[in-house]
Amino acid sequence: MARSDAQTGQILTGERSRSYWAISLRRLMRKKVGVVCLAVIVLMYGAGIFSPLVTPYDYNDQDLSVSKQGPSFSHPFGTDRLGRDIFTRVIYGLRTTVIITVVSLLTGSLALGLTLGLLSGYFGRWIDTIIMRVGEVTSAFPEIFLVLIIIASVKPTVTGWARVVEDLLGVDIVRLGVVDYLVLSLALAIFSWFGMARLVRGQVLQQREGQYVEAARSIGASTPRILLRHVLPNVMGPVIVVVSAGMAAVAGSEVLLSFLGIGIQPPTPSLGLMMFENGSIAVLRTNPHLLLFPAGTLTVLLFTFNLLGDAINDAFNPRTR
Amino acid sequence: MGTYIFRRMLWLPFILLIVSAITFALGRFGPGDPVELLLGQYSNPAVVERIREQRGLNDNIALQYGRYLSEVIRGDFGESFKYRGRSVADLLKKKMLVSAELNIAALIISVGLGVPIGLYAALKQGTWVDTAVVFTVLGWQSVPVFLTAPAALLIFALHFDLLPTHGWGGFFDTRIILPALVVGIPGVAFFTRLTRASTLEVISQDYIRTARAKGLPELAIRRRHILRNSLIPVVTILGFSLAGLAFTSFIVERFFGIPGVGNLFIESIFARDFPVINAVIIVGTTLFVLANLVVDLIYPVMDPRIRLGGSYGAE
Repeated sequence: MARSDAQTGQILTGERSRSYWAISLRRLMRKKVGVVCLAVIVLMYGAGIFSPLVTPYDYNDQDLSVSKQGPSFSHPFGTDRLGRDIFTRVIYGLRTTVIITVVSLLTGSLALGLTLGLLSGYFGRWIDTIIMRVGEVTSAFPEIFLVLIIIASVKPTVTGWARVVEDLLGVDIVRLGVVDYLVLSLALAIFSWFGMARLVRGQVLQQREGQYVEAARSIGASTPRILLRHVLPNVMGPVIVVVSAGMAAVAGSEVLLSFLGIGIQPPTPSLGLMMFENGSIAVLRTNPHLLLFPAGTLTVLLFTFNLLGDAINDAFNPRTR
Repeated sequence: MGTYIFRRMLWLPFILLIVSAITFALGRFGPGDPVELLLGQYSNPAVVERIREQRGLNDNIALQYGRYLSEVIRGDFGESFKYRGRSVADLLKKKMLVSAELNIAALIISVGLGVPIGLYAALKQGTWVDTAVVFTVLGWQSVPVFLTAPAALLIFALHFDLLPTHGWGGFFDTRIILPALVVGIPGVAFFTRLTRASTLEVISQDYIRTARAKGLPELAIRRRHILRNSLIPVVTILGFSLAGLAFTSFIVERFFGIPGVGNLFIESIFARDFPVINAVIIVGTTLFVLANLVVDLIYPVMDPRIRLGGSYGAE
């Protein structure tokens, strides 16, 4: 098994050797801030994933007799213009955030970014040249412009396909908002892979010359095996840091796009959409709870992500050990 | 140096070519027929056909793209679908200036507050001051503009009646203060964290210890050795952060009724006004690439160790 310098150092100083992951996790757990952040994020993501189970109402339940009420026992965050329970809608909004962040990070940063970074760093030459040049071009323009235009122009086409699939399968794909989720996540993914690929490539360039890679090659290990079993575990630390920072960025982008009316479409709840509907002085003056609860939830989520990113950085960065 | 700039400039047309091709293709193959947009849904087929012929929409797509490119190079972005009879270039020129003023004001606020706060926090590392600064700043960064914009209006404009709420009067007008603050404050957090991190890195370097050992006055060490080196990452990120600010300012322009590009761009996306969309993207990309080039040219001035023109792109 490969060992990083930090571990070798620990062996020399007589400390018992543990895996990089175990050490990092222990370091993270020793920090109160890190633990609290992890707990908050697990709680919010859990609430989002199990939203139908933890919410008292359905996100579309309208009751005009209780329209625009402040927080009460039956409606902890109050109700909106149509008498829908805001607590329920915020939780379902979190579900949207969960889906978008996870899908776009899995496809963009992790699948594309990690793979291309590994290939680029390990093989070098023309593979490296092509991947890096394409990446430079995608990162050369302000991504959000293109995300906007891609979503605006591609979504109707994808919706058309979805309707065809719908007819074939007899499932309500469009109404569930699947198309919105898909287009939004993938559009964000297109522009998020390069940062990860460049980072992984740099790490691999360092690791490639390591003796353990030479050793693995000399006993006849195949290239995929060397990459996945030997190189990959050694570059995971910085990857985790970038992912935790990326989560906050993607969550923020989703909210921005929904706010502009291009992301998630009603009636699917999204935090951005709720703020879009209520982001005015008039609302803030007369019914502040309509804006404050969704905005507050997003603030807490972004705050914990940023703080967790810092804590993870401290825990995983070998130089701060 | 000259060859370096030249090589970087060679990239610009290449990138613009790709960007314009993408936007052009999305405009042509995306939803919404330009002629239908121009005439409305129920129009005389004969008129539609005549206009298609007139505008060359029946030609080969490559030919259309070539024609579009040659017009763009001469600074002609065509005519807006939505604002009939107005050239896109005309429409953009004024609005771009407004947005640029807002963004520069916001950047001044971000850097002007962020860098000193970050330096201060780093020099006080480990004390409660440092922790308090990091938490406050992170908190600020996390509050969405959808909340800060109306809240700022409510507090400063309506409640205390200190500043005007709406409209635009240029860079030297009180109406720029609130929107610039709302756009700039999240950036303060960004620059504080960046400066703090880079200063911490610099402080632990050997040359700082050497400077102390030489008996240099603390102020001189801070100014000549710490500040200068810890600002390098800040300068690097300036170009990129302008793009980030630009997007925040899109939303803030809506709240404050500022006649900038943001409103125009969002309107044109909904109206599928592709001449305007393409123009904004092409001009925006050019500025973005140029800003990053300028940043690269400032590097060697700040850090003599950095030499340009080595292997560009490789790290």
